[in-house]
Amino acid sequence: MAFIDDSKGYIASAGEARVEDYVALLKPRVMSLVVFTAIIGLLLAPGGINPVVAVISILCIAVGAGGSGALNMWYDSDIDAIMSRTRNRPIPAGRVTRGEALAFGLICSGFSVGILGLATNWVAAGLLAFTIFFYAVVYTMWLKRATPQNIVIGGAAGAFPPMIGWAAVTGDVSLPSIVLFLIIFLWTPPHFWALALYKQGDYGAAGIPMLPNVAGEPATKRQILIYSIILVATTFLPNAIHMSGWLYGAVAAVTGASFLYFAWRLFRSRDVLSMKKIARTLFTYSLSYLFIIFLALMTDHVGQFLGWVK
Amino acid sequence: MTTPVVPLTEDEARRRRQRRNSIALGLVLGFLVLLFYALTIVKMGPGIFTQRDL
Repeated sequence: MAFIDDSKGYIASAGEARVEDYVALLKPRVMSLVVFTAIIGLLLAPGGINPVVAVISILCIAVGAGGSGALNMWYDSDIDAIMSRTRNRPIPAGRVTRGEALAFGLICSGFSVGILGLATNWVAAGLLAFTIFFYAVVYTMWLKRATPQNIVIGGAAGAFPPMIGWAAVTGDVSLPSIVLFLIIFLWTPPHFWALALYKQGDYGAAGIPMLPNVAGEPATKRQILIYSIILVATTFLPNAIHMSGWLYGAVAAVTGASFLYFAWRLFRSRDVLSMKKIARTLFTYSLSYLFIIFLALMTDHVGQFLGWVK
Repeated sequence: MTTPVVPLTEDEARRRRQRRNSIALGLVLGFLVLLFYALTIVKMGPGIFTQRDL
């Protein structure tokens, strides 16, 4: 069990924080991806939803994700102070106290789940509550510091938002929403391991058992390639279950081939310099990849609705 | 004529920060009121505006 030491040299006093610090606690960049995938899940779901309720649902999912981000920063403030990427976060920088972050995270989480339940249904609210619990407790408190497979299992937290969006409309969890979940779930390992490959010094200093630090670079590159193959195969599931048409299939094939090409080049890289360069390229590309895949799902759906895509 | 720039004292800076935070909190609360109002109207349906004889 990990232990948080409060005496890390970053002493904040209550009332020092600015509004921007609270916004930073919500991890707005992570939130943007959550919002995007949740919107797609909501729009792809069969049936209708009142536009006001739809906007409130997305807002709840965003704030819920933000709340879990704040809880993550509350618990991880000791290791955030060590890593260059996270050193300027509000708690290690001394602008927000740990207590303030905890209270903020709990309030955001509680309100988002409650309002989502009242606005839509308790299946969606339950899924949101589980997502927050999974990210804040299962991933942050347990897996992150315990196993190099942390992001494989923890990735589920980031994969739930389209499922919540879907459930907000339908009130259930069905096969298409599980496919959306699987795409993000399998996308997470190659995405984060690519980051870990060129930031492994940071993770090592903080004592986080990321795969490159524990199993080594060759094993990480092999795992990235294996997960990339499974991911690209999974992106064709929407076609297999007749959820999407040729337009999505074509986009998935082209972007998937590029993903595999980068993963293969990373696997074949020999020296550290080129390995880090390709790892960075794969990390950046993987962000665009997920965005394009979900956008293609949406475009295809609209195309089918208008009769342009079969 | 230009006014000389007087540096803020720590106490003043803190007061300004707290004032900004209070405004932000007020806006959030106001937004929540509107949100619950809109949600109530949507949940009850447009019939809420129709006058009925009791």
